[in-house]
Amino acid sequence: MCVKRVPITGGRIVLTDDARAINTQHLGFTMSPHEECGVEEAVRLVEANKGDSVVLTLGPAEAVEQVRDAMALGVDRGILLQTDGSEWDGEATATALLEAIRSDEAANGPFDLVFFGNESADSGGFQVGIRVAYALGRPCVTGLKKVTLDGASMRCEQDVEGARDVYVVPLPAVLTVKEGLNLPRYPSVPGRMRARSKPVAVVTPARPQPRLELVRLAVPAGQGRRAESLGVGPAAAPAVVDVLQKAGVV
Amino acid sequence: MSVILIDDHTEISRQALTLARKFGEPKSIAMDSFQPFAPDALATAIAQLDPTAVVGPGTERGNDVLARVAARLGLPFAANCIAAEPGDPVGVTRLRWGGSLLEEALLHSPRPIITVAPHAVSPDNGPAPAPITVDSPDYRSFVVQVSERIKPSNGGVSLAEAKVIVSGGRGVGSKDGFAIIEELAGLLGAAVGCSRAVTSAGWRPHSDQVGQTGTKVSPDVYIACGISGATQHMAGVKGAKRILAINSDPQAPLMLNADYTVTGDLKEIVPAISAEIRKRR
Repeated sequence: MCVKRVPITGGRIVLTDDARAINTQHLGFTMSPHEECGVEEAVRLVEANKGDSVVLTLGPAEAVEQVRDAMALGVDRGILLQTDGSEWDGEATATALLEAIRSDEAANGPFDLVFFGNESADSGGFQVGIRVAYALGRPCVTGLKKVTLDGASMRCEQDVEGARDVYVVPLPAVLTVKEGLNLPRYPSVPGRMRARSKPVAVVTPARPQPRLELVRLAVPAGQGRRAESLGVGPAAAPAVVDVLQKAGVV
Repeated sequence: MSVILIDDHTEISRQALTLARKFGEPKSIAMDSFQPFAPDALATAIAQLDPTAVVGPGTERGNDVLARVAARLGLPFAANCIAAEPGDPVGVTRLRWGGSLLEEALLHSPRPIITVAPHAVSPDNGPAPAPITVDSPDYRSFVVQVSERIKPSNGGVSLAEAKVIVSGGRGVGSKDGFAIIEELAGLLGAAVGCSRAVTSAGWRPHSDQVGQTGTKVSPDVYIACGISGATQHMAGVKGAKRILAINSDPQAPLMLNADYTVTGDLKEIVPAISAEIRKRR
């Protein structure tokens, strides 16, 4: 399972002075939401079918926290591709992950499944899983809300407007998943304790020159909503219904 | 050698066409060229045309197919752009954090591959692109293809298409607390929505979640009860015409980004609104 460390942005995003990153001085970090569901799915598959699971991330030294988080949920071991914290584009990230997957497979045998989040919460590149799958020559299905192992193939369900499309692909495969795939468990205290002693391999890949090069970030102008107070407490109910009537919904 | 537009026959593709024209005279290839949908077959067919630029709609399918094209051509890919300027490098502005941040970036590529974020670019009145038909005799050999479409059992109002949504956040307090939200939604013929905190707590199914990783909604009226308004949630409600926020904290981000606010305990306010609607009928 490949995950990405991202800040928990809360209500308002503040940028660094050079506008090349989010000011994370007062923020906590997590893995992208889609990926939490991917970790849960990987753990459930191993619980039901035996085998083992690995969490892989590319990020700064602190991203070991997200590796430990995944291991606290039951993932067996971790690989951290450690960077200096600078931005890696989707292409470079995919190349580094691909090399890590290939070298792990050479040592420990092939993965039946490689999970990715459909897109990262922060950069939203929509491509890393697809690039890795193409390079590995394995089928890739994206945006999955349900996956079911059926012998040597996976039944994959993807939301489309007003319906769900089903794909059936043979293993080994690469699947990119979305939040809603499952309800991830909370890590238990023993799970957290066990995670501390699980192995994490650290590799330091070289960062290639990005071909999608971030120049600067900007917070978009507000939508110009000007909040009009309709009052305080239940006494505001008539004013609320006036607004709903004016909008034609009552 | 030409500029290719992936056309899904929606407004979003017409918006994408506006940016595609910046790179030349586009020709269009239908998203549903292969039926059932087979993204690898489509991407392979496009890559074989040796395009000078590929532009598509920034939808799930658009991003999926263009990433596959980029992988095949060994080129970078910029998803969800809202502006693009040809050149060497190509300049793009794209959405991050589900639209909560804009990124200016340089695309170092002789052949730009981009998708255009939905509803961020106005369609121009230019001519429709000439369609190209693609075919692959060995289409069946691509294993990634839709094998079945499941239609949902028709129950309730769909969140994405709802005209009115009553949504609850952590402030609702519990799974049972949603009874008053459902009551008001029932009176308004509205869909029930919720924030990520609520689905993570297991109070509501993920299909009710509004936000960056849930459903993006565009109702006439969005009533947010006990939702603080984290960027994760705000990314999903940008399309709402009117937002009414009910929250005990007048400084909550959603209260500052709403059209109307009521300050106080939603457990008292929401039933009072339901009672007032009944009274007027």
